Amino acid sequence: MRRPGSAGTARAVDGGRRAGVLAYTSRLAFGPGHRGFRVSSAPSNASSSAAASPARIAPLAVSACTVTTALGRGLAAQAEALRAGRSGLRRNDFGEGRAGEQRLETWIGRVDGLEEAALPAEWARWDCRNNRLAWLALQQDGMAERVAALRARYGAERVALVIGTSTSSIGASEEAYTRLDAPSDGAAHAAFPADLRRAILHTPHSLGDFLQAATGLRGPAVTVATACSSSAKVFAQAARLIHAGVVDAALVGGIDTLCGSILFGFNALGLVSQERCRPFDARRDGLSLGEAGGYAILERTHAAPEAPAWLLGYGESSDAHHMSSPHPEGLGAQQAMAAALARGGVAPAEVGYLNLHGTATPANDSVEAKAVRALFPSDASGDGLHASSTKAWVGHTLGAAGIVESAFALLALQHGWLPGMPGSEQPDPDCGPQIGFAGVAREVRYVMNNSFGFGGNNCSLLFGRAQA
Amino acid sequence: MSIDTHTLAVTPREAQAPALGLRARLVGVGFWADGLPSWEAARAFAAEGAQPEAAPGKPSPQLLPPNERRRAPESVAVALQVALAACEAAGRSPATLPSVFASTHGDLAITDAICATLAEDPRAMSPTRFHNSVHNAAAGYWTIGAGCMAAATAISAYDASFAQGLIEAAAQLAEGAEAVLLVGYDTRATGPLLSVHVCNGLLGGALVLVRDGADAVDAAAGPRLDLQLLDGDGPAPLGALSARSADNAMAPMLPLFDALATGADEALLKAGPGRLLRVRLGQVTAVHD
Repeated sequence: MRRPGSAGTARAVDGGRRAGVLAYTSRLAFGPGHRGFRVSSAPSNASSSAAASPARIAPLAVSACTVTTALGRGLAAQAEALRAGRSGLRRNDFGEGRAGEQRLETWIGRVDGLEEAALPAEWARWDCRNNRLAWLALQQDGMAERVAALRARYGAERVALVIGTSTSSIGASEEAYTRLDAPSDGAAHAAFPADLRRAILHTPHSLGDFLQAATGLRGPAVTVATACSSSAKVFAQAARLIHAGVVDAALVGGIDTLCGSILFGFNALGLVSQERCRPFDARRDGLSLGEAGGYAILERTHAAPEAPAWLLGYGESSDAHHMSSPHPEGLGAQQAMAAALARGGVAPAEVGYLNLHGTATPANDSVEAKAVRALFPSDASGDGLHASSTKAWVGHTLGAAGIVESAFALLALQHGWLPGMPGSEQPDPDCGPQIGFAGVAREVRYVMNNSFGFGGNNCSLLFGRAQA
Repeated sequence: MSIDTHTLAVTPREAQAPALGLRARLVGVGFWADGLPSWEAARAFAAEGAQPEAAPGKPSPQLLPPNERRRAPESVAVALQVALAACEAAGRSPATLPSVFASTHGDLAITDAICATLAEDPRAMSPTRFHNSVHNAAAGYWTIGAGCMAAATAISAYDASFAQGLIEAAAQLAEGAEAVLLVGYDTRATGPLLSVHVCNGLLGGALVLVRDGADAVDAAAGPRLDLQLLDGDGPAPLGALSARSADNAMAPMLPLFDALATGADEALLKAGPGRLLRVRLGQVTAVHD
């Protein structure tokens, strides 16, 4: 399991000791051409270290999966809509008060019914839009029952909960600021209204804390918040816990809901389209935001012989480039994909479907297309890799994108339907033949999912059919 | 079921709890609390109550270029300060280490500002403030500043954030990483958030951990860490560092730093509702081979 590249690098640096570290960092901090956080190219020792191939890992069974998105509740609703070509995006109708007055002209992937879906009384202290979606998604495809069975089988202490989100329940904090109580005597600031004066709602682990209570799991429980890669990285973190023997199984997933922070935040960055997003189309001009939630269960393969699919590999990397722009050559993306393939022992040519991050921002898609072209062979026969973004179906669901798009990749593996990109017609010049604009019916053996986040945080996952 | 730290009595439940099988060797520590700007200062304070006469008022993370250093959010500044200090103490290049950033709340001042903007004039949102609001902002600035393309993650588990980060860091070592950086940090609450969160000052702690017996780093190595999850809510922490920064949200990491500073042989960290992470601190014996 040792990575010769990184160990070698570390030894070389050790030889330099303190002085070496300081000299290295001051070069970065003060070197010519270093403006803002844009680093023109990664230092060679960093790229060689991260590029070293990780060792192959034992596969893990994906013994259950569910997602709830703008396309509907549960896997069947997703599969039906993807096959029928029915996008879940609608004109933006989200937000009240000042956010409603200043509502953006854009399209969103909104989950219906959350406003009426208050949490059961025993979980009322966690009630908010994000935890409602967490609860709603948990009730689909028998997931709550599967988790209860998992707890009974292994013991609550032997099941981890690793859950991703970007903004968690910040929508509740935003709401509190729209109806603050006047400062009490002696206080310098206005206070949250009494109904929202619950500390756990106004912190990222609101989601993990609620799910831990709602599922009764007592293994390691953690909220991963690496922006849009969050609920892909949960698979990697959970796999490590199982492989290290810390737990026997894990509930992973991710939930993110629409809120003012993300709508107006992405708008401030100039990344929101006024139209339905058009990933990889030469005319694309930004993303459509969405909300979604979903889960998967990971177990050792011998313990879950009925599982239809396996997690074969994962790859994580950092761009080391910019907080909100991808590395121009997609180097971090390539490293993440290559590491996932290496851990799974699968060659690029064997991958049949790749669910791209494909946000439909001008920068992301051309960089991701370049990375895909660099890594995967271009097959003129048309039977090679089919890579597509499903953001035009459900919107960019941020911290839920990893679980949603892994579920779409697993559906492709199971049903042999590789989704296209509704609304995208004119391929960007950077697109190779791997990028598929129209849906295709084709049996595939291996599928992948890419999820990339702010801060240059990349994660790729590799799944395959369960082997006898 | 709770555990008495004075005697560390072993409860029946605890006796059955298997060790996680996770262990690591500590090779570098970084620390910042207001008035205690380094691990050396923290150790001196823990040992004899000594405080530096003139401590800098805020962190100055050397990994960032000077203009960015001044503008960096406090959460990023304190995280990068302690992360670099730990790497320097370990003699490790920041460019090569995978990293785990654990924070309870992220940056509360940014949350406060964004929520206030949304309530008043949503379209006036600052783009920089928005991308700085992600929970992995410190991890992002760290990897950019260090030129590090290795994996970085950012987690929260409320008052168990540091313990869960330590478990993830040790799991990365078990997976094959030769060394990993763990950073815990939290910042002060501001504005109306003060009505829900008690969180004061700046606090950060960082550890560079290597695989136990990974290679010949024993000359510089600190103690071996053995991790074990237990049932229990734990006692109030007793150490000097814990008492000094008790009102910061990352204070639950401090029992480990108190134990390291005083040479204690174990620490108990909150690991979730009714759960504790016991960290046994074993001194390093000679490495064979």
